[in-house]
Amino acid sequence: MDTTTYSVLPFLILISPLVGFFINGVVLPLKYKGFAKTDANVAGGIATFFIFFSFILALISFFQLKGLEAQVGSLTSYCFEWFNFGGLKIPFELRIDRLSGLLVLIITGVGTLIHLYSTSYMHDEECVGRYFAYLNLFCFNMLLLVMGNNLALMFFGWEGVGLCSYLLIGFWYTETEKANAGKKAFIVNRVGDLGFLIGMFLLFRELGTLSFPEMINMIQTNPDQIAPSATLICLSLFVGATGKSAQMPLYVWLPDAMSGPTPVSALIHAATMVTAGVYMIARLNPLFELSTVALSVIAHVGALTALFAGTIAIAQTDIKKVLAYSTVSQLGFMFLACGVGAYQTAVFHLMTHAFFKALLFLGSGSVIHACSGEQDMTKLGNLKKYLPHTHLTMLIGSLAISGIPFFSGFFSKDEILYSTIALPGGVSYLFVVGVLTACLTAFYTGRMMSLTFYGTERLSHDVKHHIHESPALMTFPLYVLAGLAALGGFLGVPHLLGDYLGHMPHALSHWLEPIIPSKVLPLVGVKMPLHEGLVMVGSSILAIFFYVLGVSLFKKVFFISDLISGIAPLQKILANKYYVDEFYDLIIVTPLKKIAAFSSAVIDKLVVDGAVNGLGRGVRRVSTELRALQTGDLQSYGLMMLFGVLVAAFFIFKVLV
Amino acid sequence: MTNDMFIQILAAFLFTMGLLVVLLRRDTIMILMGIELLLNAANLSLVGFSNSSHMIEGQLQVFFIITIAAAESAIGLSILVNLYRNFGSIKTQSATTLKG
Repeated sequence: MDTTTYSVLPFLILISPLVGFFINGVVLPLKYKGFAKTDANVAGGIATFFIFFSFILALISFFQLKGLEAQVGSLTSYCFEWFNFGGLKIPFELRIDRLSGLLVLIITGVGTLIHLYSTSYMHDEECVGRYFAYLNLFCFNMLLLVMGNNLALMFFGWEGVGLCSYLLIGFWYTETEKANAGKKAFIVNRVGDLGFLIGMFLLFRELGTLSFPEMINMIQTNPDQIAPSATLICLSLFVGATGKSAQMPLYVWLPDAMSGPTPVSALIHAATMVTAGVYMIARLNPLFELSTVALSVIAHVGALTALFAGTIAIAQTDIKKVLAYSTVSQLGFMFLACGVGAYQTAVFHLMTHAFFKALLFLGSGSVIHACSGEQDMTKLGNLKKYLPHTHLTMLIGSLAISGIPFFSGFFSKDEILYSTIALPGGVSYLFVVGVLTACLTAFYTGRMMSLTFYGTERLSHDVKHHIHESPALMTFPLYVLAGLAALGGFLGVPHLLGDYLGHMPHALSHWLEPIIPSKVLPLVGVKMPLHEGLVMVGSSILAIFFYVLGVSLFKKVFFISDLISGIAPLQKILANKYYVDEFYDLIIVTPLKKIAAFSSAVIDKLVVDGAVNGLGRGVRRVSTELRALQTGDLQSYGLMMLFGVLVAAFFIFKVLV
Repeated sequence: MTNDMFIQILAAFLFTMGLLVVLLRRDTIMILMGIELLLNAANLSLVGFSNSSHMIEGQLQVFFIITIAAAESAIGLSILVNLYRNFGSIKTQSATTLKG
């Protein structure tokens, strides 16, 4: 086949999950008159098949892409003209290049595993057809976000994944709390989306196009044209990214989003959707390069979020909440990398994070599944004995996220840390924050593992009675992800280490070279005179130390304050997430509710209702007076007619003539 | 006073009489007769103008009016019969059920 035949691949990859959505969401409900009767295995099988089909096609296009010339290497599907009015022409065009190809592989690959896992995990739920329909729809939108060749299509996918996230968080919508979590995610994302829209409009005003290749070409050939407004555009787009990727101050929806089914948390709120902001920045990296102010803001917000969420994660007792704050923290790391200009490192961490965080979430799902829905770690403990497979895979995941040497997280996290002092955009104190967060990450991950799998057994009698290792359909994805989490880092071996290991190249940054020009990291940091090897060894030692500390401290106790009684107040603040939700309630939600109550009590009742009722009352009063004229007497009508004729005659002969 | 002028004044007088009868008499038969008087006053006026301006159309018109007046009084009388059946009276003040 020649390349034109291959260019249909992006379209097929995109459309395949949509077909799955159509079958599960429309055809089967019509056949069975509702979602209730669809068999879980059938629905799951259909959904898994279509996303797996996408994955196969993604693999084919990946190898096809590998054979193409690096600079022009892309597969483009032109589907149809989407918009055409005024000067605005937006084609529905999909493109797989080296960056989006990588993301498509992650989405379809991890997506397939999570679909497979869901088939077993959601087996006993009602209306699984609806669940799998939403999941397929999400994959469609995510693929559109990644493959769309212009900002408008990306925005379409961006909104679409937000919608699916809302639908899936609120999957158990009969419980008010869960339905509210969905609403919160949707509304907070709206704030960010406004920023994205403004950024998009500004870009269009400056460049007159929204197509990625054209925009990037214009920015690279003529940077002065856009440089004055680059900061504003980048910051607007970053506001969009903070919403979708849960950065401060818009991160509050992500921890609440954990009330959705666990595989959803793994797919949407860890591996794919929340990384959309990082992808967008990596995609538009020549634009962000133009504004040092915006990059600095991104780096600071990222670092602050990483530290902030990391500290909260220490004090949580819900296993999924720990992972949620950990996700926020890791996303902060990715933005820190973007902010210092290490975009390929951000993409690298995005990839390894997708592996190990999906693994950790699916592992926690397996724990929850085994323990009859128990998520509170204070009521778990010593599960290693009962769940050997889950324990083994989660152990690998936790080592990967903690940055223990030679697991995937080690490579990507270390590269981010070193980039903060080695790149010209870096700042030395951000390095300190990064190292601190890395220590926190190892610590709370160790704590989570200890509280869940080791230490004393605190299971209730009922839970213990029903405990069982998850079926093979759930452990298989865990093992695959564990393999990826363990070995995925070798795609990005740093030069220093690569030289010792026999000239192993940094495969990922080499791969992304045409899209993200790689920057050479000097051997000694420019912002802080530390040798790369020293950073690597130091961060490994810290990671191992804090991981072991986290595991060993929490065998019997749950919180640090149980060991050191002096920090109990701090513990309380952390457990309550710095009272950020309460603060937002106070300054945004409560005033809005007050305004709404005022409008309903005063404006609606008095002004609107008053106008409507007043009009009716006025008409009635006037008509009461006027009805006296209608006497029912024939001759008084005749008299009035005579007067009328006389007036008309007078008017005609005296006034008009 | 010319002959033409006299005819028009007579027609106006008859018209006024008819109008007064229609508006003031309570008896429906008298009202119908008043309407006939109005029509014939108009006829007289038309004939007078036709004669003075030497145009035949006015007299032609009168024939139509006489025909229509005959039809009108037939309908009027049938309404009157129905009025009597429903209200037991042919006085206008008894038929005031449409009073608002």
